[in-house]
Formats: sequence, structure tokens, C-alpha cells
Amino acid sequence: MFDVASAAVAAAVADGAAYSDARVVVRCNQGVTCQNQVIDSLSQDESAGIGVRALVGSSWGFAAVADLSESAAAIAGRRATATARASAKVPGAEMDLADVPPVVAEYETPYLEDPFAVSLSEKSDLLVRVTATMQGVDGVAIANASLSFWDTEKWFVSSQGHRIFQHLVESGGEISSTAIGDNETQVRTFPQSFGQFKTGGYEVIRSFDLDANAGPIAEQAVQLLVAPQCEPGDKHLILDSSQVALQIHESVGHAIELDRILGWEAAFAGTSFLDLNQLGSLRYGSELMNITADATIPGALATFGYDDEGTPAQSVDIVREGIWVGALTGRDSAAIAGLTPGGMVRADGYSRIPMVRMTNVGLLEGESSLEEIISETKDGVYMSTNRSWSIDDRRLNFQFGCEVGWEVKDGRLGRMVKNPTYTGITPQFWGRLDMLAGGDELVHWGLNSCGKGQPMQVGHTGHSAAPARFSNVRVGVST
Amino acid sequence: MMREGDAAEIADGLIAMVGERAEASVIISGGHSELTRFANSFIHQNVGENNRSITLNLSKEGRSASVSTTRSDAVALSDLVDSAFELAALRPRDPWSPGLAPQMATPSVDHYDRGTAGATPDERADVVHTFVEAGGGMMAAGYCETTTTELTFANTADQRCTGVATRAIVDGIHQTPTSAGSAHQASTSLGDLDGGKMGRLAAAKAQAGLDAVDLKPGSYEVVLESNCVGTLLIFLAFYGFNGKAANEQRSFVVPGDQQFDSQISLFDDPLDPLAFALGFDLEGTPRRRLPLIEAGKSRGHAYDRRSAREAGAESTGHGLGKSLYGAGPVPMNLFLEPGDRSTEDMIASVDRGLLVTEFNYCRVLDPRTVGVTGLTRNGTFLIENGQISHPVTNLRFTQSFVEALGPDRVLGIESSGRMADSDFGPGLSHAPSLHLAEWNFTGGAAG
Repeated sequence: MFDVASAAVAAAVADGAAYSDARVVVRCNQGVTCQNQVIDSLSQDESAGIGVRALVGSSWGFAAVADLSESAAAIAGRRATATARASAKVPGAEMDLADVPPVVAEYETPYLEDPFAVSLSEKSDLLVRVTATMQGVDGVAIANASLSFWDTEKWFVSSQGHRIFQHLVESGGEISSTAIGDNETQVRTFPQSFGQFKTGGYEVIRSFDLDANAGPIAEQAVQLLVAPQCEPGDKHLILDSSQVALQIHESVGHAIELDRILGWEAAFAGTSFLDLNQLGSLRYGSELMNITADATIPGALATFGYDDEGTPAQSVDIVREGIWVGALTGRDSAAIAGLTPGGMVRADGYSRIPMVRMTNVGLLEGESSLEEIISETKDGVYMSTNRSWSIDDRRLNFQFGCEVGWEVKDGRLGRMVKNPTYTGITPQFWGRLDMLAGGDELVHWGLNSCGKGQPMQVGHTGHSAAPARFSNVRVGVST
Repeated sequence: MMREGDAAEIADGLIAMVGERAEASVIISGGHSELTRFANSFIHQNVGENNRSITLNLSKEGRSASVSTTRSDAVALSDLVDSAFELAALRPRDPWSPGLAPQMATPSVDHYDRGTAGATPDERADVVHTFVEAGGGMMAAGYCETTTTELTFANTADQRCTGVATRAIVDGIHQTPTSAGSAHQASTSLGDLDGGKMGRLAAAKAQAGLDAVDLKPGSYEVVLESNCVGTLLIFLAFYGFNGKAANEQRSFVVPGDQQFDSQISLFDDPLDPLAFALGFDLEGTPRRRLPLIEAGKSRGHAYDRRSAREAGAESTGHGLGKSLYGAGPVPMNLFLEPGDRSTEDMIASVDRGLLVTEFNYCRVLDPRTVGVTGLTRNGTFLIENGQISHPVTNLRFTQSFVEALGPDRVLGIESSGRMADSDFGPGLSHAPSLHLAEWNFTGGAAG
């Protein structure tokens, strides 16, 4: 496959590209979904193709084709250069790339149990069994369960001498219970509402213990129908680790993408409230806030050997003791900003152009625990598991809703409340972080559904997070 | 790109390989898509992809499986059939297995433009150039896209369909340091796109948005421009007029009930000349116009074959395959009947309210009520005494979309519409501007 990628790069350069790279990607995805004890989809999808990138002047040209012959690759290479050259009608300043030493390397995801070798009957039996458990709870109308697995092989070649092979294996899934009342639905999910995904094999699924968790979430979904609404007010907000992960994703992860900061995503995804002139001085949050982008965390979803530009996976400080100190970069954006490329550029399969993507953007652990946080809270709400998420195009003004909440009074969990929501402004909100858990309560969450770019690309991102408390937050916003 | 004859040959070959051992359908989707992206007033990404995917859906005695590949050599196709049988054998019987679409004619639609299918990067760059130039030095960002979709369908019940469609879009913003304005145009033909006109519209919005002030959140009368309405319609379709949601009792729609203002009539019509769809769905069922709301009364739901069987209904030609992650049959060619007003007339009739250009990042709080939170973007303006008095900073809203269009809540509908952009993507709805009595804004720029 290196020969196929090399043919594409050679053709692109021969036609005048200042730089070119190519990725041959062969990806297999298996998915099993189950609703109310019926396996409603069982699918296995394979894609194989090559994507070629060519830099001419101020623009990237990119061409992709689902044909792995060397002749088709060469045609794609020439097309990438020709497409980039057409951009000269609306030109900008000549683009440069920050240096990344070329390497010849291989990387493979460590895993214990090949998820594609585990029989589909075992997977189906698990999903039928856990939906039966959830349906066994009186009042549950819909019980869903799903598993997904990816096996991806990538061969990367650049005109600067990179030759990298990677084999990535990812596994994940979720279960959910929906209860339907008068003019409302209530849902509870496990491990969280977007599922939990990690690099690794079927051992990831076994670690969830879906059987043990199916009953409790089903009972909570039904209890929510008769629970009181979360009352509006300004109070202490305690978030479980999965909601902290979502909070990081939306209000930190996207905001620190250098392509957004530079205005490259302005029309669609938006820009960022961050200004490069403030790098190293802007207070992003309280001193408890320490965030890294770390693509080397074992088992986390956005862990790999090299990104899709051939830059090695690494850990980069993003926020240190509340101060903004780093960004998510690519070779092109880093060159403009005067930063070092952090290995944060990836593409969705062979057919899309690589772009700045979150790696594992997460919190470093704190010294507290959820138990301590609750015991030290006089008046607050504890919210768990995201249900809705909305944030503005500069990543400042957000409103998030959770599946379930509990009142916290005088250091104890009180009654369950439904439709809990909270809203805030990013740096003000993170500035109110006053307690943060750690140890075993720090979880490496993985999201497999992050949308960005045009045409749309779906990315896999990771977020380490622990239960946290924020003071004086507006909660209980409703229609 | 695969030639039509090649695709039909592959589809027939796969059907023959399955033979009488099972029920099977083959979907071969192909085509190509090119997108020229610009930001900071220059083209920074120019991409193109040739797509091909072969999907085999197989069902044997109610046990079904779906497999797909991008490879088309003999070994890959043989492997595809083997793995479909292997997977299906492991699956429990599906009580709602709907069987195959029978052989029947599908309507002929003309949503194809040869020039768009063959559009060059230079032609897209020309559209971008005129958009950028129209800003007179403002910072521009956006894209121009041309897409050709080719689909070949075959099943073991002798249903065969082929179709091809094109779509061209220019979408962008102009920005000042403190404001932005957007414009969007979509057509089956690249030749219809007027980058200069869209650029001037976006620039005018951005200019009008200079020096925006914060506005106190609360309930306001609103005039929603077409992109807002496009988002509103697709949320109603996704969460309400979706037969799977109805079967699961998650839908608000009660057929026959006056759930909306009497001025509201909504239908789904993949065959309309302005739509970008083919004449059949991914199950081989012919598509047709489907009324969803008539004079404020909900009429019914969209169905694919499986949800129809569960509901005791007929498929309405809304089989979408796996494209919406199992969301079900969602109407995606929506047309809101125009009214008799102009946007200017509607603004003139507002004592105090807001004109909203676009919604951003809308997410549902409860699907049953289609309660949604989102923000305004690219131009929000206060209207006082029938005139736009000044721009305001973006606002957050938390609003039930069903209630917003409820009886006596619609004060006017524009007399013409356009293929709108939306939070779910471009070109899914034809939407006029709407004048509504009330919209619940729950937060301003400062939270």
C-alpha cells in the first residue's frame, strides 16, 4: 500500500505541488443495535481508498478515490494539485508548513481480545439480555442497546519522506431506557448518552458490565416521570464526570482549535473567543483547572501513534492552573501562529481532508472526591449524563441539559429532579470551578460523534474528566 | 465514478448470487462531490471525492443483515454475499421484517444538470470570487459545492431503479470586527447560483449588524427568515412526522388534530422541481408528495417499510437506510406553503420584536414537545414601530417549536420561499419567512 500512496504523492509533486501527502485507509466497522429485545440492525461496512493532499500557493487541494490501483492513485494526485491551483483565482498569502521530521514508523493499538473475532451471537445475546432487563422494569417503553467496533489500517506517505503504518482498534457501546409520560419523555443511558468508546478490543465492552447497570438506569428513567422539575436559581452545580467531559469538549476542546481561532471555520462551525495575543495570559478558569491534549493515554479513544500529517502523538499543556497556554494545531496553522505542531490533525476516513481535531483533551485530576464534594455543599444540584447541548459559534454562551439531577441540601443528596439544565459563559463558568475529584473517579471518556468541517467529518475524541463543583451557576432554564 | 451500466451489472450480479436463497436488495451509491472552501477572503481548501459504496441487505426467514463495501472486484462481491448470509444466520427473527418492495414503476424526476455534474474547480472559484468581491473588503468565509448523486437499486422481487441528481450551493458570510451577515443559495444547477448577489446580501447584513447592543432576554414577537424556518421545519419532521417516533410514542403528532395555526400547511415532496431527491427511496419504493399539515391540522407520518408494517400502514417512500443512524423515516424534502406577505410587510406590522436571520446549534430538550434551545446568528435586529431600530447581539432561546406554530400564533407567512439552510444541513426544506406572535429568548450574550 505504501507504493500506492507514493504513486499519488509523486504525481502531485510532479504537477507542481510544493508539498503532498497521501493516506491509504482500509476501515471495517461492525455495528449491532437492539431495541426491546429485537436486533434491529446488524451491519458490517468496509471502505478502502486513498486521499491525497497537495499544497499550491495559499491553498490545499484534496482528491479522494475508492480505488487502490497505482494508476488511480496517480490520477488522484494530479487532480489534487490541479484543484489546489484553481484556488489562485481567490488567493491568500503563501502557506508554509511547520517542520516535522520525517519518520518511518509503525504503531498498533494494544488490545486483549479482537472485537471482530468475538461472535456476533455473543454480542447479540448481550444486547437482547440487557434490553430484556430494562424492559422488565414497569414503565419502560423503549429499551435500546448498541455496540460498535472499528478496525482501521492506514498507510501514510509524504513528499518529505514520511512512511507510517498504523493499525487502530476501537470499541464501544451504550444502553438506554426511555419512559414516556403525558407530553414528555424521560431517558437514562449508560455509560453515558453518547456511548463510551475507547481504543482497545472487546475487553472494553466487558469492562462496562452492562448487565449490572441495565436495571438501575431503567428504574431511574421511570422515576423521572414523577420527579419534580429542577427549580430555577443560582446555586452550586455538581457535575458527574461524563457531563464534565462534555463541558470540556464543547467549551474548551473546540475553542482551542487553532483553525477556528484563525477564522478558517468561521462560516460553519464558527470561530473562538480566544485571541492568540492572550496565549499565556488569559485566565480560562480557576487554579484547579489543568487541561492537556494528550494522544498518548493508554486506552483513551483519541490515542494513536501519529496524526494524519505524520506528527507524533504527544501531550500538550492547554490550560495550566487556570491560564490558557496551548492550542490544537496542524502543520499549516502552527506555522502561521508560530507554534509547534502538536499532532492534532486527523481525517474521517480516506475521503476527507485532514483537519485540526481534538485528541484526548481532558482535565488532570483534582484532590477531592464526589463524596467530599457533596458533603461540603449546602445548597446545590448534582447533575448526571448529558441530554442536550448547545453553545454559540465563539464557544462562549452555553446551555446544557442532563438526564437526571438530585438536589443537594446540607451535604446530602436529596430528591431526584427532572429536566435539569444549566447555562453560563465559558471563562466565567470555569472560573467557578472550586472542587475537583480525582483518583478512580477520573474517567477517560470517548466520543465517536464530533462533527466538524465541510463536507462534514465525524471525529473520535477523548476527554478525561472527574466529578466537579462549580459555584453560583444558573440552573433550571426551561421553555 | 462508476458508470450506470457498471452499477446495474454489479447489482444484477449480486442478486443472481443470492438467488432464491433469501430476500435481498442491493443499493449502489456513487457520484462525486467537490467543495471549494474560503475563509479570511481566500480559498484555503479545495476538495473532491469520488464515492462508491455497495450495500447488500439480506433477509432469510426474518433474519436480516446489512453489509457494505467500497470494493467491486469479483472476490469482494462474493465475500459480501457470504458475509451477509453469515451475519443473517446469527440474528434472531425480526417480528417486523417487512419484506421487499414489489416491482413497480417509479416517477421520473429531473433534478440533474449536466453542467453541474461536470463543474470544474475554476467554475466554483468564479462563484467564490464574486461572493468575496461583493463584500468590498469585508472578511468573507464560506463554500461553493457541487454534488452529483447516483443511485442504483435492485432486489430479488424484480424491482429495479436508477437515478441521478445534482446540487450546487453557495453559502457564506461577510464579517466586520463586531458583526457578521450570511446568505445561502441552492439549486440543481451551478449556473443558477449568483455569488455576487449572495455576497451583497451577506455584506449588507454584516454592515447593518455593526455596533449591536445587548437586549434583555424575554418573550418577543419575531420575524424569522427562511433559514430559521428551515431549522424549525426539519426539527418538526425529525421528531414528529417520523413513523418510527410515532410507533414508539415519542411523536407529538396526532393526525386530524388542529395542532398548528390554520395558516400552516406543510408537505414533503421529493418530486418537486426544486427538490434534490430521486424518484425512489433506499428500499425501492416510489416517492410521492406527502401532506403533513393542512390548514393547521396534522395529517400523518412518513413511513419506511418496517415502520409502516409495525403501524399497519403503507410505506410512504421514506426508507433512508442507515444514513440517519437509525433515526427512522424522516421527511427531508419539506415545503411550507407560502402566504401572502412580504418580509418587509411583516416587519412593518411589528410594534416591538426581533428579526432573526439564522439559528445556530439547536438541540432538543424533549423530543415529545420539540422543546429546543439554540442561538441566533449572523444578524439579529430589534424592530420598533414597524422599523428595524438597531442590531442586537446574539440571543439564546428555549422554545417549543410546536407551540411556536400553534393556533393563533402565526401572524404572517411570506409569499415566496427559497431552499433554506438549516441546522440539519442545506437544501432539506423550501421555506418562506414567518411572523410569529411569540418566541422565548432565555439568555443574552452575557449569559
